[in-house]
Parts: sequence; structure tokens; C-alpha cells
Amino acid sequence: MKELELYCIMCPASCTLRVIVKDREIQVYGNQCPRGVEYAKQEVLEPRRHVMSVVRVKNGDMPTVSVVTRSPVPKDCIWRIMEQLAKIELEAPVEIGDVVIRDICGTDIIATRRVKRIELL
Amino acid sequence: MEGKGECAVKTLYYDTVVIGGGPAGIAAAIKTREKGLKTLLIENRDVLGGIPLQCIHPGFGIHYYKQDLTGTEFITRLLDKLVESKTEYLTKTYVHSIEYIDYNDKVVNVISPSGVLEVHAETIIYATGARERHIFEIGVYGDRVDGVYTAGEAQTLMDIFGVLPGREVVVIGSGDVGLIMARRFALEGARVKAVVEILPYPGGLMRNVVQCLRDYDIPLLLGHTVVKIIGKKRVEKVIVAKVDENLKIIPGTEFEIPCDTVIVSAGLRPNIDLLEKIGVVIDPATGGPVVNEYLETSKPGIFVAGNALVINDLVDYAVEQGERAAEGAHKFVENNGLPSEKWIRVVKGRNIRLIVPHYISGKREVVLYARVSQPEKNVYIEIPEVNYRVFSYGVRPSEMIRIKLKPEHFKKMSSDDKITIQVTPRQ
Repeated sequence: MKELELYCIMCPASCTLRVIVKDREIQVYGNQCPRGVEYAKQEVLEPRRHVMSVVRVKNGDMPTVSVVTRSPVPKDCIWRIMEQLAKIELEAPVEIGDVVIRDICGTDIIATRRVKRIELL
Repeated sequence: MEGKGECAVKTLYYDTVVIGGGPAGIAAAIKTREKGLKTLLIENRDVLGGIPLQCIHPGFGIHYYKQDLTGTEFITRLLDKLVESKTEYLTKTYVHSIEYIDYNDKVVNVISPSGVLEVHAETIIYATGARERHIFEIGVYGDRVDGVYTAGEAQTLMDIFGVLPGREVVVIGSGDVGLIMARRFALEGARVKAVVEILPYPGGLMRNVVQCLRDYDIPLLLGHTVVKIIGKKRVEKVIVAKVDENLKIIPGTEFEIPCDTVIVSAGLRPNIDLLEKIGVVIDPATGGPVVNEYLETSKPGIFVAGNALVINDLVDYAVEQGERAAEGAHKFVENNGLPSEKWIRVVKGRNIRLIVPHYISGKREVVLYARVSQPEKNVYIEIPEVNYRVFSYGVRPSEMIRIKLKPEHFKKMSSDDKITIQVTPRQ
């Protein structure tokens, strides 16, 4: 049995949740609405997050393009994604929604900034 | 230069000049164009877009686009709309001064890549955003060394230029920007030694404390302050101490944290220098101008929106204010001045630190923005004069309260010269 204290991040009320985990059974106290239970279960069983970073771009009007995961990934995956992102360099132009890495940790990494190509004379 | 004695200053005429090409200014420019005004948008950076260009995290557009976008995605959508509106704009252009000639004529003196311009306009929408509070404003002393950045500077370096400013970081202040930058540093391989907050509670949203600090095991030192920065050429360490309930340092509690970088996230102040110079009345609580419901300042025809008006939590609010100011400018141009009103004062009641706008007409829909002084749980947010009452599980200084009042609200008003926003505990 494990007892945890979590802050619900579903709404600004930020309820302080007391969570008791017994095998796969999860009891939640301190929530003011059902979403608190939902959050606590997800957070205990498999916490997920979006990952955001920037990737280098060649010949662009900006030196980097910002990227984000298309859907939240398990927290354990964050470092694998960051390592992969550090290794790549894109070529301008890049449009919002362009896939930067396909199929990593069950999602894609997509561009969130437009980088125009600068033609060098 | 044209020749001997000739003046190279070009004179231009517009209905409205929008100063500042961030979210509020862009939204204002689009709206004035929709209303048929002749508009000029002025931006001092190389590109339009303002701060969201460097905000790679989500949380933008939840109200305005009903979608959770990153700052970069949000501003691109707005910029595309600006291009469609065929607004004239100037980048790399600095506003040197504003002159208030009379009711119908204001002059914006600008320095642009094509020379000095004297831009006449009937109305001005001032949307210059905010500046970050610096280390000397929050009483942190010590050596003047390399490695001290504001959170916004670090964000520009990392998320526009792709440069990591340091490897061992201490963040001063736990506002949302500070928390988000702590996570950015952690993700890019730096070690964030601590986030130091002088108040007994975090400055930013709880969800950011969870996602930005706890996820990366970054310690949050509440009720602590950085007393001194020490180093020879580069930051080498900071001295941290505990504070008492009056925020005074408790002697004997000092300890060192070795680090090479200090990030200052000490809040924002509205950028109002040019307005102050022409005598616009400023509200000490917001740090921005005193305004009526059209977001018009004490100088008729000069409007203000976005973080130059009040520090907003959400880009959506800045955009909403830009559009509101644009409606005001349109009304001003159409009627040769805003119709005079018997203004109703908006008064700060219990646990309210600031409110904008300061005056309303009570005749049309109006959006009020307020902040509380102290965090409080299980409360009512009330405006007794108009019978407005909403329950809230919790209010915090870091979360702006937005109240929309409709004309119906004013029908049975119990006062004819003021309304009061207050927070009261639920019994």
C-alpha cells in the first residue's frame, strides 16, 4: 500500500488529493468533482505529458523551429524524445504541422512555428 | 536629405496608429480594419508577433480559438489574419514620442528604416506590452557578473536562437514564466538547483508547479530569497536565506547554492513610458493607465490594450482588450470623440488588489478583469450593486478574475455612481 499527495491539474481549483494505492485499486480523497478521480488514476497508473522543444533549422528566417508531441506521451518517454530531437537538423521552409519525427513513443513530433526559407545570393 | 534647410521628415495621416505588434496590437489593427479605419501598425522588432513567437508551450487560445495552442501556433494564426486584413505596417520602427495636439490630432514621431516620420492620427492604440522586472528592483545584490538573465531573455536565447544560457541554474521567482523556464532548462540538459520564491505560496499556477517542477525533481524554496550573487567573471554561487512573515531576511539562515546561471522571473510591469510623458493618469495598482470601458486613457482618443494596460495571464485577454480598444477607436473616429457619459466607478472591495477598466457606462456589455490580494478557498466573487455573485473553489493572485457584465445587470442597479467587486468567504 502506498499513500500519495497530488495536486489536481484539471482546473484552477487545484484540489489537494490524498491517493491510496493498493495493488491496482486506487482510492482518491479531497477531490471536489469526479475529474479529480480521473486525474489521480491516470497520474498514478501512467502519467503522460506533452513534450516541447526546439530543433535547428538550416537556411531559415529563424534559427530554430519549435516542436511538440501530437498527443501526450508517458513520462518515461520524455528523455528518449529529447535525445532524438537534439540529433536532427531541418531544412527551411518548415510549416506548422509538419512532422519532424514520425512514430516515436506512440505519437509524432510536429512543428509549431513557421520558418521561411531565406535564399542566399 | 533634400537640400539646404529642407526637412527630411515625411508627414503621414491615419485614422488610427497602433503602437506595438504583439497579440493586442495585431488584434486591434485587424479589428480597426474590419471597421473600415485607415490604420498603421508600428513594431520595433524585425518581425511582427511579439512574445508568443518565443512561447513554445501550450496554453494559448483556449478562449479565443477554443483550442489549446502553443504561443507560436496562436500568433501565426493571428498574423495570417493580419495579412488578410491588408493592414499597413512598419517593422524595425521606433516610436520616439507621442504629442497630444488636440482632441482630433495626435502625432506619433517615429524613426523608421526609411527615415523620420511624423504620423498624424485621430486615435492611438497603445499596445507596447510589458517589461520584465529586473534584479535591482527586487533587492538582490552582489557581483555584477555574466550569467544573470531575465526569464524572457533566457527564453529568447533558448527557444528562438537554440542557445543554452547555462548548465547549473537557480531561478528567482516562481511565476509561470519562471516555472516554464525551469522545465525548459531541465529538458535541455541543464541542472536546475532551485526555484526560490520569497512568498509562502508559488506565484504561478499549481498545474505548472506540478508539470514543471515536480516532474523534474526541481526543489521549490518557498519563503526564501536570494540575498546575493557571487562570482568573478561568471556567476559562481548565490546566497539564499529564509524570510519571516514580513518578508525580512532571518539572520543565520543563509546558505549557498553553487550555480553558473541566475534566471530572474520577478514579474512584469506595463510599458507606459511614452504615455507617462504626456501626462496620462496611471493606476499604481496595475502600473498601467486608468481607463474607461472603451480602454480609453485620460487623454481622449488614446486607447491602451494588452500588457501595457494590465498584466494578463492569458494571451486571449490581451487580444480581447485589443479588439475592445479598436471598437473604441472606431467609435471615436465616427463620432468625432467618444460620447460623454456619466461614468460609474469600479471600486475595489474585500480581497481585491486591482481592477480594469476603472470606469464603465452601465449601458453596454463590459468585461472586467481583477486580481485578488491573497489566496482564499471557497469564496463568492460578488458585485452587490448589480446582484452579481459567483462561487469559486479558490482564488489566487496569479489567476485573473474575468467578469462579463451585460446591460441586463445594470437595469436594477442599487447605486448610480459605483459598483464594487469583492471576494467574500462562503459561510
